[in-house]
Amino acid sequence: MISFQQILFIVVASAAAYFFLGRIMKIRKNILLGRDENRSDHPLKRWKSMLLVAFGQKKMFKKPIPAFLHLLVYIGFIVINIEVIEFFLDGVTGKHRTIAGLLQKWDLTGIYTATLNVFEFLAIGVILSCVFFLIRRNVFKIKRFHNPEMTRWPKLDANLILIFEIILMLAILTMNASDQILQERNVAGYPNTGLMIFSEIFAAPFYRPFDSSILVIIERIAWWFHIVGIFAFAIYVTYSKHLHTLLAFPNTYYANLEPAGKITNMPEVTQEVNMMLGITNPENDGQPPAEIKRLGAKDVRDLSWKNLLDAYTCTECGRCTAECPANQTGQKLSPRKIMMDTRDRIEELGDLILKNDEDFDDGKSLLGDYISKEEIFACTSCNACVEACPVTIDPLSIILQMRRFMTMEESSAPSEWNAMFSNIETSFSPWKFPPSDRFNWAEELKNE
Amino acid sequence: MENKNTYNVPTMAELSQKGEDPEVLLWIGCAGSYDERYKKVTKAFVKILNIANVSFGVLGPEETCTGDPARRAGNEFLFQMQALANIQVLNGYNIKKIVTACPHCYNTIKNEYPDLGGSYEVVHHSEFLNQLIEDGRLAINENELLKDQKITYHDSCYLGRSNHIYNAPRQLIESLQADLVEMKRNKENSLCCGAGGAQMFKEPEKGDKFINIERTEEALQTDAKIIASACPFCMTMLSDGIKNKEREDEVKVLDLAELIAKSKNL
Repeated sequence: MISFQQILFIVVASAAAYFFLGRIMKIRKNILLGRDENRSDHPLKRWKSMLLVAFGQKKMFKKPIPAFLHLLVYIGFIVINIEVIEFFLDGVTGKHRTIAGLLQKWDLTGIYTATLNVFEFLAIGVILSCVFFLIRRNVFKIKRFHNPEMTRWPKLDANLILIFEIILMLAILTMNASDQILQERNVAGYPNTGLMIFSEIFAAPFYRPFDSSILVIIERIAWWFHIVGIFAFAIYVTYSKHLHTLLAFPNTYYANLEPAGKITNMPEVTQEVNMMLGITNPENDGQPPAEIKRLGAKDVRDLSWKNLLDAYTCTECGRCTAECPANQTGQKLSPRKIMMDTRDRIEELGDLILKNDEDFDDGKSLLGDYISKEEIFACTSCNACVEACPVTIDPLSIILQMRRFMTMEESSAPSEWNAMFSNIETSFSPWKFPPSDRFNWAEELKNE
Repeated sequence: MENKNTYNVPTMAELSQKGEDPEVLLWIGCAGSYDERYKKVTKAFVKILNIANVSFGVLGPEETCTGDPARRAGNEFLFQMQALANIQVLNGYNIKKIVTACPHCYNTIKNEYPDLGGSYEVVHHSEFLNQLIEDGRLAINENELLKDQKITYHDSCYLGRSNHIYNAPRQLIESLQADLVEMKRNKENSLCCGAGGAQMFKEPEKGDKFINIERTEEALQTDAKIIASACPFCMTMLSDGIKNKEREDEVKVLDLAELIAKSKNL
């Protein structure tokens, strides 16, 4: 006979899967609104980048203390979620602690006890880390957590995640503590788990005064709270900066493998320049020049899919902004804001496209409505933001594509830059010196 | 006119007329050609190449801007015009190896010209000088002026983060037996001088401090009397910073090639 709890579990799990996968498909669709870019070369190097940077969290360790605490939360997230296997088995079959029951039958309870103690140890680690992170974020005056872009939703989002993680861990400890007490009292239906040390020490004292009938209910509530909490969290994550837990992996796989100083070539320009210079290219000879799309980027659809993946991967830690020389000297540019704006805009445009059609134009754009020219002009292309990002996001790429749009499509570069351009055009140097003086230094040297 | 010294600056045009192929092309860059301060760096480096008997050539009047600032300011057309014209000249002389004292030229020629048909082995002068010392072609004499002198090195973004050249410049300073002291932010975490990304050619956006002042203050905190740089833009920005702090009489900004030349009394 299927119980009410089993039916409820199956309905809730299916609904969660439906909403979660729906969000993932939508995010994928939004990312693919970006332009093509080949990032599938050198698979070995890419696997290595993913293993070291995402899995091994190599770049986090520039700041050892937060890196260690973050690692605890991350290992906790992966390892404790193994327990979800038993949650699923129990939920579907209506039994209690299916795996513990099986292991008890085979006299292998020790394995179960050891595993659950590891989970509990990590749960304590996660709670301590999250408490530290909450204090650091809200009490310590760390500038990168208080930049102008870190108000309202981004600020709330960061705190919600930490609080949510703490509550999920407390639910596990509550569940295990009440379970242990029920085992002690030989209540039927609670297979032997062995001593679960951390819940015994930290949680059991609170629950021991209660009657067994109440503990049965507390155990159920904690179980349901934990599993529904995980489902809710999974869906929440897709709307949150916390999406980095998933996207850090593809994002580091598709990382830029070229030297950081190299700016991506625009082959569509090369053909025109070749014609202007009278250079013939045997490959294109006689063929009309390819139709040139918008030069550079004005809106999210002009960016590459990797720029958009970057935006969804950003966890708003602000290490980029903390390292940015322009931001440090009070200028408006914040690389983190560039990524947050890109994500907000692709989410907005993605919704509009879904409601209307592929080519829908709402008259708004990333450059102008979200990001100002002042921000884009402030960048020194020093790559400090790129270097700082723990998940290989490249804000510089977006900035440079926007400069291309402003300079080539809008002709709205600063006047000093226009002067520099005309110097290069007429004197072949960014400064206005007569080309005939270029080699004067050699004469000066010979006469020293 | 009769030369007052024996320094030679052969152009590729002259060399190719004689049918000679130099070991390396020296790419001067616009700052090294026109900027009064950076011309001194060019001259110091050329002197060293002469005394180390390096066979080199320069493009002389045939050299033009690599296009770096145009590309970084978003003008891809102008960048490619410059790049394709330069590549025609370089390929015309069958150039294989290029050395330059400008990290911006270095980055552009090394990383960005290959997509446009110009592939060369490109080395920065800090690497080249190290190689000369390692190969025994350039001897570093003990020099009272530099020995145990505190020197701090400012990483250029286009050498460091962009191309991972962190050690060559430091090795050079250590080869002078000087006392290399690091600034708080160095190597991967170094702070930009403020001039990259075509900022050299415009006023900074509105802020509460100039980037070069921030970096200069950090350099001054080391108490070094010499700030070593390896980039024409960094040199300008840091020199301006030192002037702004009115410390130009006691603190000097010198290029790595100038330090080597100084140690050899060139």
